[in-house]
Amino acid sequence: MTKSELIEQLSDESGNLNKKEAELIVNTIFDTISDALVGGDRVEIRGFGSFTIRERDAREARNPKSGDLVKIPPKKTPFFKTGKELRERVNSSIVVPAVASIAR
Amino acid sequence: MTKADLIESVYLKTGFSKKESAEIVEMVFDLIKSTLENGEKIKIAGFGNFVVKEKESRRGRNPQTGDEIEISARRILTFKPSQVLKSVINEETE
Repeated sequence: MTKSELIEQLSDESGNLNKKEAELIVNTIFDTISDALVGGDRVEIRGFGSFTIRERDAREARNPKSGDLVKIPPKKTPFFKTGKELRERVNSSIVVPAVASIAR
Repeated sequence: MTKADLIESVYLKTGFSKKESAEIVEMVFDLIKSTLENGEKIKIAGFGNFVVKEKESRRGRNPQTGDEIEISARRILTFKPSQVLKSVINEETE
C-alpha cells in the first residue's frame, strides 16, 4: 500500500474526510515524525512501535569496483522497533491458517 | 515524542477538534496495522517502507544455558528508511 492508497482508504473509511483533508493528515503525521527524528528526538507510538536514531561509527571500506580504500564518515540512521501488539499481530497471521488447516 | 504530540500536530494543522484529531490519528495507524497484518507492505514516499518478511524456522541456542532449540518460522516487520529521510537526518547534524 502506497501513501496515496493510504490517503484514499483514510478518506473512505472516515466517511467525512475528503481527499485533500486525508492527504494533509497523513503528510502531517509523517512530517512530524521526521522532524522529531531530525531534531534527535525519539518517537514512540503505542501499539505500533518506536523510531530512534542509531549512530554508526566511521569506518573504512573499499570501493568494490576499483578496490580503493574509502573513509566512510560517522552516520546516523533511523531505526524502527516494532511494538509488541503489532509484532504479535503480524506474526499471528502465519499461525492462524496453520491452526485452521489442522482443525479441518 | 508520543502519539499525543502527533495528535496535537494534526489538530494545529487541520482545525479539527482534539477529539477528532485523536480519532483520525488512531484510524491512520489502524489502517497501517491491518495492512501489515495481512502481510502487505506500506510504502511512504520520502519516509520509508514497512515490509513484512517471512523467516524460516532455524536452530538456535539459548544463550544462557547453551541448549539447542528450534526457533519457529515467523513473520517479522522491518522498516527500511528512505534515502530522503536518511539524508535529512544526517544533514542537520553536520
